[in-house]
Amino acid sequence: MEFSFLLYKIILALVVFGISLFVAMYSTYAERKVAAFLQDRLGPNRAGPFGILQPLADGVKMFMKEEIIPTVSNKFLFILGPSLAMLTACMTGAVIPWGKSLIINGTSYPLQIADVNIGVLYLFGVVSIGVYGIMIGGWASNNKYALLGALRASSQMISYEIAMGMAVIALIMTTGTLSVAEISAQQSTGLWNVCYQPLGFLIFLICAFAETNRTPFDLPECETELVGGYHTEYSSMKLGFYLFAEYINMFISSAIIATMYFGGYNFPGQQALMDAGVGHNAIVLLGVAALFIKIVFFIFFYMWIRWTIPRFRYDQLMNLGWKILIPLSILNIVVTGFVLYLKGVI
Amino acid sequence: MSFMEKLYLPAIISGLWITIKHFFTKKATFNYPEQKRPFSEVYRGKHVLKRDDKGAERCTACGLCALACPAEAITMTSAERKKGEENKYREEKYASVYEINMLRCIFCGDCEDACPKEAIFLTDEIVPSNFERGGFVYGKDKLVEPIDKRVDVSKRQTKQVKEFKTHKEFQHNK
Ligand code: SF4
Ligand code: SF4
Repeated sequence: MEFSFLLYKIILALVVFGISLFVAMYSTYAERKVAAFLQDRLGPNRAGPFGILQPLADGVKMFMKEEIIPTVSNKFLFILGPSLAMLTACMTGAVIPWGKSLIINGTSYPLQIADVNIGVLYLFGVVSIGVYGIMIGGWASNNKYALLGALRASSQMISYEIAMGMAVIALIMTTGTLSVAEISAQQSTGLWNVCYQPLGFLIFLICAFAETNRTPFDLPECETELVGGYHTEYSSMKLGFYLFAEYINMFISSAIIATMYFGGYNFPGQQALMDAGVGHNAIVLLGVAALFIKIVFFIFFYMWIRWTIPRFRYDQLMNLGWKILIPLSILNIVVTGFVLYLKGVI
Repeated sequence: MSFMEKLYLPAIISGLWITIKHFFTKKATFNYPEQKRPFSEVYRGKHVLKRDDKGAERCTACGLCALACPAEAITMTSAERKKGEENKYREEKYASVYEINMLRCIFCGDCEDACPKEAIFLTDEIVPSNFERGGFVYGKDKLVEPIDKRVDVSKRQTKQVKEFKTHKEFQHNK
């Protein structure tokens, strides 16, 4: 039993890992396609039908590039930076419930790697380690642009984490749990959390953009001012790791948004299906599909925003974070508490 | 700014609406090698050195085209026609070497205007890319039209030119 349990978890972890990498890989392709379509172009369409092999071509290109480690850099830290960015990006997937438990031969197989009862805290912990990847990389490069990019990244991430955390506190007040699986399961009946926490969702969404360094908050790698930002000195696959980590982060944060605010693996009409006698496992698989549809939508939304809104100026970014989002999230907590008090929950 | 403008969100949403509309519009891209864009009838592309009706080269190496060329793209060496070469060269003097550097050329068409012998014309062909700079210097082998594959340049001749060509009393048209 112990061994099979361990084996199952390892397989699940590998599958989740593989899926994250696969989705990230095709996000690069999707990004280029979406960008092209929003700008009345066609995008990559030469490698394979519709350019479907483009990510492979990009990957091969990245591997073939010359590997340059600047002599003035700190070699150990220089390599540690991208590895850390990639590692933390992949670690966050562990607490996301990808679906309800599958039941095969009477044994239940939960589609979540680790049901930690403080899953939300774990997420925040890992996400904040993520900033070290960028910080170390930028610092080790020994290049002023890289350092500036890293500074921007760390101050931006720290500022926005506050607002993000407080938006989640309000969510936790309504759900009463820190477990991501529990939050997901609660939404199987009744309305999704976004209906109870619209403001919290908005703050969370904006902060998620800032945390993943996506436009309009992509100041750390802002090409127009900082050459390439923290990855100016990186080449070959180490650069690939940084870029890839961004796409994995995008995938995971879409998954988190979908899980926390948009019902996770729940979909409208699942109760009706259950009453109609559709098998449990079929519904679970449908739920996984529903979650992935939501995730794809949010990834698309990330890209849609990127090709619509120009980048903020740095002072505007800080103003938005400290003077608007943080007060708003505090207000959100107060209002939530007041409503809960009126309803007699606390 | 008014309060609504300060909120940014309405502006962002209207921006998103604009971009998503573009998502579904017809794309402006041409898939180049498969899909070619029609050129204008008088497109100024790669040059051709014309032959006359009997197949003799029209150019007499007068150098007016090189003189007219604002980019100084044309160079030539002249030679005297020998006996028995009348079917190859129309005039007594001809260009033994005639080169156009396509990297210098700006495709203005001034050479064509300057030519008194109607020897040089611009065509609707594109100068293809090349890996070497030397590959862009087009000699007579690439410029002179093949006898069996004549290049039609009538579209680049104006109405006045065509009218002028009907006057057989002029030396030019003989
Ligand atoms: S087209 Fe203009 S630039 Fe080109 S060779 Fe003729 S005169 Fe010179
Ligand atoms: S192409 Fe025309 S202008 Fe140029 S040298 Fe020949 S005859 Fe003269």
